[in-house]
Amino acid sequence: MYKILKKEKLNDVIYSMWIEAPEVASSVQPGQFIILMVSEKGERVPLTVADFDRKEGLIRIVFQIVGKTSEELSTLEENDQLFSFIGPLGKKTDIENFGTVITIGGGTGIACIHPITRALKKAGNKVISIIGARNKDLIIMEEEIKKASTKLIVTTDDGSYGRKGFVTQVLKELLDEDPTIKKIWTIGPPIMMKVTCNTTKSYAVDTIVSLNSIMVDGTGMCGSCRVSIGGETKFVCSDGPEFDGQLVDWEEFANRLTRYKGLEEKSWNEFRNGNHDCKCGRRTN
Amino acid sequence: MAEMISPKDRMKREQVPMPEQNPDERNRNFKEVPLGYTREQAIYEAQRCLQCKNAKCVIGCPAEINIPQFIKKIVEEDFSAAYNEILKTDALPAITGRVCPQEEQCQKHCILEKQGKPISIGRLERFVADWARENNVHGKLPKIEKKEKSIGIVGSGPAGLTCAADLAKLGYEVTIFEALHLLGGVLVYGIPEFRLPKAIVKYEVEEIEKLGVKVIKDYVVGATKSVDVLARDFDALFLANGAGAPRFMNIPGENYNDVYSANEFLTRSNLMKAYAFPEYDTPIKIGKRAATIGAGNVAMDSARTALRLGAEKSYIIYRRSRKEVPARSEEVHHAEEEGIIFNFLTLPIKVLGDKNGNVIGMECKKMKLGETDESGRRRPIPIEGSEFTIEVDIVIDAIGTSANPILARSATGVETNKWGYFIADEKTGATTKEGIFSGGDIVRGSATVISAVGDGKVAARAIDKFLSSGKSLKIK
Repeated sequence: MYKILKKEKLNDVIYSMWIEAPEVASSVQPGQFIILMVSEKGERVPLTVADFDRKEGLIRIVFQIVGKTSEELSTLEENDQLFSFIGPLGKKTDIENFGTVITIGGGTGIACIHPITRALKKAGNKVISIIGARNKDLIIMEEEIKKASTKLIVTTDDGSYGRKGFVTQVLKELLDEDPTIKKIWTIGPPIMMKVTCNTTKSYAVDTIVSLNSIMVDGTGMCGSCRVSIGGETKFVCSDGPEFDGQLVDWEEFANRLTRYKGLEEKSWNEFRNGNHDCKCGRRTN
Repeated sequence: MAEMISPKDRMKREQVPMPEQNPDERNRNFKEVPLGYTREQAIYEAQRCLQCKNAKCVIGCPAEINIPQFIKKIVEEDFSAAYNEILKTDALPAITGRVCPQEEQCQKHCILEKQGKPISIGRLERFVADWARENNVHGKLPKIEKKEKSIGIVGSGPAGLTCAADLAKLGYEVTIFEALHLLGGVLVYGIPEFRLPKAIVKYEVEEIEKLGVKVIKDYVVGATKSVDVLARDFDALFLANGAGAPRFMNIPGENYNDVYSANEFLTRSNLMKAYAFPEYDTPIKIGKRAATIGAGNVAMDSARTALRLGAEKSYIIYRRSRKEVPARSEEVHHAEEEGIIFNFLTLPIKVLGDKNGNVIGMECKKMKLGETDESGRRRPIPIEGSEFTIEVDIVIDAIGTSANPILARSATGVETNKWGYFIADEKTGATTKEGIFSGGDIVRGSATVISAVGDGKVAARAIDKFLSSGKSLKIK
């Protein structure tokens, strides 16, 4: 069992938790993910690591309520335990001194770029971070990203905070200003990553995305997370989660994320309506 | 007191058939298909055993069970002694009694096989193990003299569990690392509940833990820690992580939403209990028409699972003919009884989907059999112009697995063959790195539970020899 040591509500829908998982914390590298189960009857959910503390043996996860499991997770409190927590999974981010790089985060993707940004800066890069959300309330981890990067630019769609507009507008300006920018990491909703890739297509710049496919085991055993990269089938869990964004088949990726849409809604509705009448002892709202 | 019967009467008796759930009922539930012998049936069947002086059945048993002896104890109605006899060499009797292909192993060598009625050794083994479990009879714990050496075992499938049990009985400190949240490996994620109830796996694993074996779940060797790091902490290692990676056909449309690998389909249903959704959170797609590609045991498990999940039609699509089907005849028989539709000499060439990525059908080609190929089977050849479309909602690829590279990547000096499987000595399980042993599917590719059990035993013996000679991974 894995204890929740610290819980924080970052906004109406996004939560942060520090989980006691010393084995994972001792080996984790930026870009890797974990898989957790809330309870014995739960599903296995992958989450990219938002931060880690090797000394204390802790892993930080940041998640948004998007269905039953995330909502159930959000109801757990400090000192509660998770049933299962494995990792670190996937390949680590390729960190070296590239010169000037950009990291872009949208939604909970802001949490995912945090350790990558920090490691890139530590490796000697000038790291410009752009984080964006629909409005001010949805911007998370601003202080942490500011500290991790050389320069931070915040955007909101409605202009309620930072620059008004999308992250891609800022990105385009930066690329036009500085042709030495060699590499970009962009993590967020699929549509944001796809649009970023479209923006960078005409520039000589590598664009790395981190994919959040549906997984079961997370160790290369089931193939649930497969994705077409340059026409070749790859597993996000063992070949990724980071890929060259220009090679991703975004339509297929987006379709595969909807595989269980109807069933997921059913499960969430039953949970919300309190129709959770088995005797497993799980909380209901 | 045991009933005395003459050898003549004994020879006259026929095999006691296995009582089973009715096919029309069982194809809609996940309860076990065979119900098991009653006490009377077991004794009657055991009495058929000729108690050969030079018993050939034992040659066919990788678990090295003294078969005539445990059967004798059944005849004497001393089931506890029968159970302990089996446990001497097989730590997983309720499991091997169910999933071993006995017709290819012990029963093939039975002297009565020639008359077409070998002793039902597997059914008797199962009876004994079930009797013990149901009557709360536990194996006598052997006197264990503690040894100071420790062994790390990667994977809690049949190979790892067997190796752990044998080494623990020899007094070694054994730690098993399991990547998933439950113990048992393929026994829990692969083999369906209706063939191997998970409560039984849990029970036999707990019996092994009672021998002093330590288990660590949620630990992905190769990710959480490398083999190289583990090699510093243990005197010897046994790598038995299973084959793992699913194979796909590489035809167009195979990444549509409703195309599963058998590994994914079965893991969702078995390990994650998607058949009990939404009580369990993991969903699974239930199509009206399911097509399973392949005709091995895993394909039968997949097709039969699809039916139980509610598919109206569940097809097996196989490019060769009935004669070449690799699954156990018992599994094919069960599948046919339950209404699985077999399409032989059929090759899928394209999966068809709608704009949202949902599967709507599959394009196939008819095949004919040509000359014998290197596998000794007649090669299937496509018939030109025979393309046709079959309407299906889900497709399950059950065409085999390949080696999962995660573990091997982290094991310096442990060499793999060109398919990515560990190279291991057949007689010892020794890999190319001294002190590291391997067995089961990560050496053999896709094989059977019992061959993994055999590998576990072979490796345990070799590890004991290695450590007894004063060697250790810790000594450089």
